[in-house]
Amino acid sequence: MARNKESLVLLIDVGPSIHSVLQDVEDVCSMLVQKKLIFSKSDEVGIVLFGTEDTNNELEKEVGGYEHVAVLRDIRVVDDDAVVVLKNLPRGTFPVLDAIVVGMDMLIKKFGVSDKGKKRLYLITDAQFPTKEPYEGTKEDQVDTISQQMKILGIRLNCLIIREKLSTEHLGAFDENDKLLDQFSRKAMAKTVHVDCATSLLGAIKTRNVVPVTVFRGDLELSSMMKIKVWVYKKTSEEKFPTLKKYSDKAPASDKFATHEVKVDFEYKSSQDPDKVVPPEQRIKGYRYGPQVVPISSAEWEAVKFKPEKGVKLLGFTDASNILRHYYMRDVYIFIPEPGNTKAIIAVSALAKAMKEMNKYAVLRCVWRQGQGNVSVGVLTPNLSSTDNIPDSFYFNILPFAEDVREFQFPSFSSFPSAWQPDQQQQEAADDLVRMLDLAPSDRKEVLQPDYTPNPVLERFYQFLHLKSKAPEIDVPQLDRSLKRIAEPDPDFLSRHNSIVNNFQERFELKENPKKKKLSRRAWREKPSGSNDEKVGVDGEVPKVQSSSLKKSLSSLEVEKIGDLNPVQDFEAMMARRDSSKWITEAIKDMQHYIYHLLENSYEGNSCPKAIECLMALRKGCILEQEPKEFNRFMLDMCEKFRRSDLADFLELLYSKKITLISKSEAADSDLTEEEAKNLPIKVEDSSE
Amino acid sequence: MDLDPEGIFRDDSDSESELYEEKEPTKELAVYLIDASPKMFAPITALENGNKETYFHVAIDCIAQSLKSQIIGRSYDEVALCFFNTKEKKNLQDVNGVYVFNVMERELIDRPSAKLIKEFSSIEDKFMSTIGSRYGVLPGSRENSLYNALWVAQALLRKGSVKTSSKRILIFTNDDDPFGSMTGALKADMIRTTTQRAKDAQDLGISFELLRLSRPDEEFNVSMFYADMIGLEGTDISQFLPSASEKLEDMKDQLRKRIFKKRKVRTLIFSIANGISIQVNTYALIRPTLPGAIMWLDSVTNLPLQTERSFICADTGALIQEPSKLFHPYKNQMVQFSKDQILEVKKVSNSHLRLLGFKPLDCLKDYHNLRPSTFIFPTDEEIIGSTCIFIALYRSMLRLKRFAFAFYGKSSNPRLVALVAQDEIISSSGQVEPPGMHMIYLPYSDDVRHVEELHGTGDAIAPRATDDQIKKASALMRRIDLKDFSVCQFANPALQRHYGILQALALDEDEMPDIKDETLPDEEGLARPGVVRVLEEFKIAVYGENHDQEEADSLSMRGSRSEASRKRKEMAETAERESSRYNWADLAESGQLKDLTVIELKYYLTAHNLPVTGKKEALISRILTHLGK
Repeated sequence: MARNKESLVLLIDVGPSIHSVLQDVEDVCSMLVQKKLIFSKSDEVGIVLFGTEDTNNELEKEVGGYEHVAVLRDIRVVDDDAVVVLKNLPRGTFPVLDAIVVGMDMLIKKFGVSDKGKKRLYLITDAQFPTKEPYEGTKEDQVDTISQQMKILGIRLNCLIIREKLSTEHLGAFDENDKLLDQFSRKAMAKTVHVDCATSLLGAIKTRNVVPVTVFRGDLELSSMMKIKVWVYKKTSEEKFPTLKKYSDKAPASDKFATHEVKVDFEYKSSQDPDKVVPPEQRIKGYRYGPQVVPISSAEWEAVKFKPEKGVKLLGFTDASNILRHYYMRDVYIFIPEPGNTKAIIAVSALAKAMKEMNKYAVLRCVWRQGQGNVSVGVLTPNLSSTDNIPDSFYFNILPFAEDVREFQFPSFSSFPSAWQPDQQQQEAADDLVRMLDLAPSDRKEVLQPDYTPNPVLERFYQFLHLKSKAPEIDVPQLDRSLKRIAEPDPDFLSRHNSIVNNFQERFELKENPKKKKLSRRAWREKPSGSNDEKVGVDGEVPKVQSSSLKKSLSSLEVEKIGDLNPVQDFEAMMARRDSSKWITEAIKDMQHYIYHLLENSYEGNSCPKAIECLMALRKGCILEQEPKEFNRFMLDMCEKFRRSDLADFLELLYSKKITLISKSEAADSDLTEEEAKNLPIKVEDSSE
Repeated sequence: MDLDPEGIFRDDSDSESELYEEKEPTKELAVYLIDASPKMFAPITALENGNKETYFHVAIDCIAQSLKSQIIGRSYDEVALCFFNTKEKKNLQDVNGVYVFNVMERELIDRPSAKLIKEFSSIEDKFMSTIGSRYGVLPGSRENSLYNALWVAQALLRKGSVKTSSKRILIFTNDDDPFGSMTGALKADMIRTTTQRAKDAQDLGISFELLRLSRPDEEFNVSMFYADMIGLEGTDISQFLPSASEKLEDMKDQLRKRIFKKRKVRTLIFSIANGISIQVNTYALIRPTLPGAIMWLDSVTNLPLQTERSFICADTGALIQEPSKLFHPYKNQMVQFSKDQILEVKKVSNSHLRLLGFKPLDCLKDYHNLRPSTFIFPTDEEIIGSTCIFIALYRSMLRLKRFAFAFYGKSSNPRLVALVAQDEIISSSGQVEPPGMHMIYLPYSDDVRHVEELHGTGDAIAPRATDDQIKKASALMRRIDLKDFSVCQFANPALQRHYGILQALALDEDEMPDIKDETLPDEEGLARPGVVRVLEEFKIAVYGENHDQEEADSLSMRGSRSEASRKRKEMAETAERESSRYNWADLAESGQLKDLTVIELKYYLTAHNLPVTGKKEALISRILTHLGK
């Protein structure tokens, strides 16, 4: 593990202009450290803030300058402390951008010039404010000197620049800073990424460093006489949900060294005599062929099985149109020319450029390793590099074999009855929708670019893991707002194109098929909201209400009190909150108070209908959450309280609406039978006379 | 049971188990009704090269082929093979003109076995002598072989419940008018009873498929009789029109494609916006076919073994129930989760498939791929109007060259997906690409690796090809052009071999089949002078004149003077020099080896090419052994 040890210094801008996204910066940085705690425990992390009020760095002490740069944490092995620190970054007040030098100085002081370990600086800023003029030379000179230094020391620099919105007043500084950072990219081992929203901010930083391993190194054989030296890597590879281990609670609590692990043991038993265990050496593999099972020993199988020669061979070129996109079968490989081999770089570049020009793809047959039991046929597509110092390369996708394709036949759309064909107006409405709901408009950055979009499930899991390590009883956290943007359309975006969407909605008619039973009615009527809290408002089917209620639910995200406007919805939202169990009791209590409040301030029963509505919601909620006693006690109290007052009418109303106590059959915790439950209003009526 | 035990179908460590979670929901029972009337034995006149293939042969060939792929891909489906218009009869109902074909150790309707396929493939040779052909419906007789055949087929399909299996009857015939020889009331009566029989079968949930073998001289007219029988109306008939093609290959192709019934994987609700949701079916058109699961057998009896799984507490060794708690190590802690919590973490969306917006097609990069795509086709089954909306969006997307960007909220692995509209492509052999959308699973940032950046050229500008070099490459591309390349033209050699071996073993054949690897490059083609010339030119353009010589030189240089080997050589030399300073035999004799340092001991070992690992005692004993003491 230590072999790939990395020392990382986070340089975080906490200046005033960045405050709006600092929360997300905190999140992504702490996620970075969390993942290190899991996957590379011996990495080291240092944190430097700039734009702070205080100044605290050795350079300032030694040579002066470098104000408002604070070292929050020296470089040392990752620990929980780093996460805590990152979760609570102070908000600074001063705009400066001198942190790179401080970070570099830290790395040099810690490791000296000779150390070969990986060293990285991560600069996170919005680069809104001008850099200070250096004491001598120009800024460009200074950048040159720094990047020279960084190259000698083997320090990599990653810059993450956050641009939510462009404010014209800083444009000059933007340009200048961009130019300077660009210069870094050219001169040093640096990479700059621009992001424009919180979601891509979370995705822009690779929180887990995977050391890439070549799948294949060797010749790409165009023919037996013409070969190109290439290295093949995975370009995409799904990062899986972590495999959790099974937990055994059998070990005594006093045992501090208990592993709590569970071993899974397999035993093979004869089908005739279930008590007889067959030893492993007596087993033989059987392969199915239709209904038959053919026994073959591993040795026999080894002797006859398919054994192709290792090698990557060209089968030919073909028009790109012959290979449709949906035939790509798996995760993607990248073929890069052998590093440092100029001939290979040029050969790959020539092929890639010619392929691009002629719109051709190459078909290859690949056997990556000797002894591999299968071959793959796939398509090589050009990847022309847009960066000067990165050579051209190819992407490689696996194509299906004849056996992998099922040629199902589907009717042509044109053969469908006319009722299924969109008319001209409908088609126009659809055109508008497709044109306007544009996630990659020409004047802005593409929204939700896969390269910058984090996996919401993994993000949520690691957050939960961290929270749970502190408080084992905690519930699964809500999905962050920025993560929610991945699973649901941006409400702002939708409301901006409200008229288009409404037009689309009006043009088409959808109805349930009466012949089919409401098989999945629930599913399509159900308001598809992102997680549990959002039963309120969001995505209501009435578009006009939608935008306003959306904003409301976004600004206050979680309902904490029952308001006067939508008491029932507020109540349901509170009941549905899963971040803590206290909300249920809270909601019930709040609702009870609210009903009393309604009734007590009722003028000639004018708020009775509303109170009934609330009461019905409360009853439903109490059944759902298995709190029948709460409801029953409340009802009895209420009857007791009101039957002598002028609100006795209300109780009659209750009777007519058939609102009863909750019986045992509805909620197991109740100790009333159905009869007893019905009894309540009658009793009240009697006494009120 | 585990899939692919040796991992031969994986080319790296990533497990792919998730891919196969999409199980086919039901099994299929099919009866193939093959017309064996003399008309079927007429040669197909369209063949130019003098080969006389009969319609019967084409039908048998296609069925045998599809059985072969069925035994690989969906071996749980069951089939019965049944001829009608035969001389001999063989059926449980004992009706005339119907012959149910079968082999030993197999029920009449059952999964296909190696033996069945083998015997069926070669049935043509002895068909006339054992089963025989004749016209089933003849004037003056009340015999109705088609009616009989339907009756037998329906009886065969009595097996299995309609809920768990789909049932089909596939009729192969080239006779569009089976009652052509009849006249008058008898004909009307026969048509009526036969149609009624077919309707009864359909009421029992059996569907019909008519695989007609059209004759070049006369079109197969579905509306003569069959449209009525299998209940086609208006628009359906137009879909049923035979294509203009008369080529034998196309006919085979069409038959083959239609033998398999399409199966949907799931029905999804696709939410578009503002609560507009339509319904779509998903189909797995492309999925890797793997060798079937293995079973463990008892090598003595060859009977299957039962696997029993037990959980054992690692701390106490106690046998436990499957635990409900899981944990993940974090900071020297074991953070526990319940299974429900894990489910909740994974649930980030309540909807099936949710539209987020649209993007131009060039935003979908070649590396935006993780797994095989899923095909989407609309359905009006529960939500009327779905198809209309789907088609409207589909046409807009095609015209505007955009794809839909959506979130697929599957509970196990929610993903961002691209929905790419695919225009229908039809060739002479029928539909090549169905109309609909393909759902392409996109990577998250966590899944994308930026390896190319690791191997940049630093501050030097990476070399690029010159125009001349590109021109040479283009010439090469024009020469080595696969004109009619179709994505799935190659059979998987590993799979073919796997099943070839199994088939041979299952039939007790001694010889192992020789499977041709179609994926090897066309060496002959590449050796043609024209191809060699462009390759040579390209090579000179990018590598220079004396590439091979330089390569050979650098190889030999590397051999003798590469950094590591030079170091090694140096070390060996020093070791030899140093080692010769000692009189090892004497030292060993007098037991003074232990007085030397490890470094000194290693001189000897290195000089004599012995391993230098281990503790000092090990080194000494190794030296002593080597000295023969």
